[in-house]
Amino acid sequence: MTKRSFAYRLLPLLGLVAFLLVWEAMPRLGLASRVLLPAPSDLPDAFMRELANGMWLKSVGLSLSHYTLGLLVGLGAGIGLGVLTGMSNVAEGLFAWVSRVLRPIPGLAWVPFAIIWFGVSQSGAVFIIAIGVFWIVYFATHGAIRGVDRDYIELAKAFGFTGPLERLFKVLLPAATPGILVGARTALGQAWMAVVAAELFGVTGLGSRMMQASSLLATDIVVVYMLTMAALYGLMDTFFMAAQGRLLRWKP
Amino acid sequence: MEAVSASKLPDHVIDIEGLALSFDQDGKRTHVLRGLDLKIAPGEFVAVVGASGVGKSTLLRVLMGLAPQSEGKVVVTPDPAAERPMALVFQDSRLLPWRRVIANVSFGLEKTRLPAVARRERAMQALGLVGLSDLADRWPWQLSGGQRQRVALARALAVRPSILLMDEPFSALDVATREGLQDELLRVWRQTGKTIVFVTHDIEEAVYLADRIVALGGKPGEVRSVRVIDVARPRRRGALALQDIAAKEKADITADAAAPVEDYVI
Repeated sequence: MTKRSFAYRLLPLLGLVAFLLVWEAMPRLGLASRVLLPAPSDLPDAFMRELANGMWLKSVGLSLSHYTLGLLVGLGAGIGLGVLTGMSNVAEGLFAWVSRVLRPIPGLAWVPFAIIWFGVSQSGAVFIIAIGVFWIVYFATHGAIRGVDRDYIELAKAFGFTGPLERLFKVLLPAATPGILVGARTALGQAWMAVVAAELFGVTGLGSRMMQASSLLATDIVVVYMLTMAALYGLMDTFFMAAQGRLLRWKP
Repeated sequence: MEAVSASKLPDHVIDIEGLALSFDQDGKRTHVLRGLDLKIAPGEFVAVVGASGVGKSTLLRVLMGLAPQSEGKVVVTPDPAAERPMALVFQDSRLLPWRRVIANVSFGLEKTRLPAVARRERAMQALGLVGLSDLADRWPWQLSGGQRQRVALARALAVRPSILLMDEPFSALDVATREGLQDELLRVWRQTGKTIVFVTHDIEEAVYLADRIVALGGKPGEVRSVRVIDVARPRRRGALALQDIAAKEKADITADAAAPVEDYVI
């Protein structure tokens, strides 16, 4: 039984090795040219070159700062407005149609305005990222706050917590945390996609470095950055899961 | 100013006269309580019984200020030594799942100005009173139904209320746990001298615990009978005298339910 489960746990690794082998074989067997499809064995070298000329660290650093700022702005605005419309019927009513109009507009459609308002700048990238994050987190927060068991609110009242702020911090926010975190985790991935999109229009970072490399047909470098993104996202999701485990340690 | 002497204290901690409560639902006016009179003396243990839907829980919520009364007088004169007039124990323990046991017990204390250390101390004391000091750092989901209800009781006791309002607190528990908690409650009552208003639909429970049983009946609900349980404490569960009173109480309630319902017109 244990042997079997051990073998099963090896399967993902086996799959990855097979994937890399097939990938390596394609250019080596001449099925695809090395320019169109760089082999995995070309990548360490390309990575070392990018590291040596300082581009990798610079691009990653800039992209991470866009990502972090955009995420924070989007999270703050989304949670803030979600709490407000979740607690107040007036706020919900006022925002109902505004959200219907703005919600379907994809984040990328804001690129022209991002350029007009902020120029091709860091703030422009942050703006594009924040918009995508905002809607996800807003709807998650609004729903989570609305969904809090009325019995907890009655309990808070029974113990004298009658004001809206007391209600928010004693009951609503803690009870809504699981739901808000689901939105935040989705936003984490969404924001990463928005980073690349925002940088493809010119703001310096991973995305713009990829575009430069591809225009020079340095496809090995493009792949290095693709894998860098996957690694960074994986890392962030791991951190997030750890933080979430800590925040929700009260759950069975 | 002189300290308030005992003789100046009113005879009743709770004085309800002509309480009526109604609300609009789906365009129809629903009457829950009417013409309800009830006086409760300090330190008294009063059980409120009656069929479900008769307004027992509503009565507690009116007292807590959780439901608005439509008319009548409700005067609560708490023991001046108490820090809070009332605290409520719900039927479902209603512990907050994101708080450890100790933090649940100190929940109500966060409304006070006590520093954190004093709150914790007070909460531990209340937990000790219900015999759960060892479980202070557990999460609510790790507790049994009986333990959860004891924590809820400790949470109510921690704010040092004059009156303890209990809304069918033991009805969801198995018999053995329920009887254990009844005795626990009597011990706490003896130790703290609080006034207790205990809503239940279990007549045996009411007869075993209370000094007086108030039966609500009718629709909208009103007081149908008040019966003094003149049996010395400590009582023996299932004693003949108690059985006798329970039988009479049940007969009254059955007769009341069988009586034709008069149309209630305002």
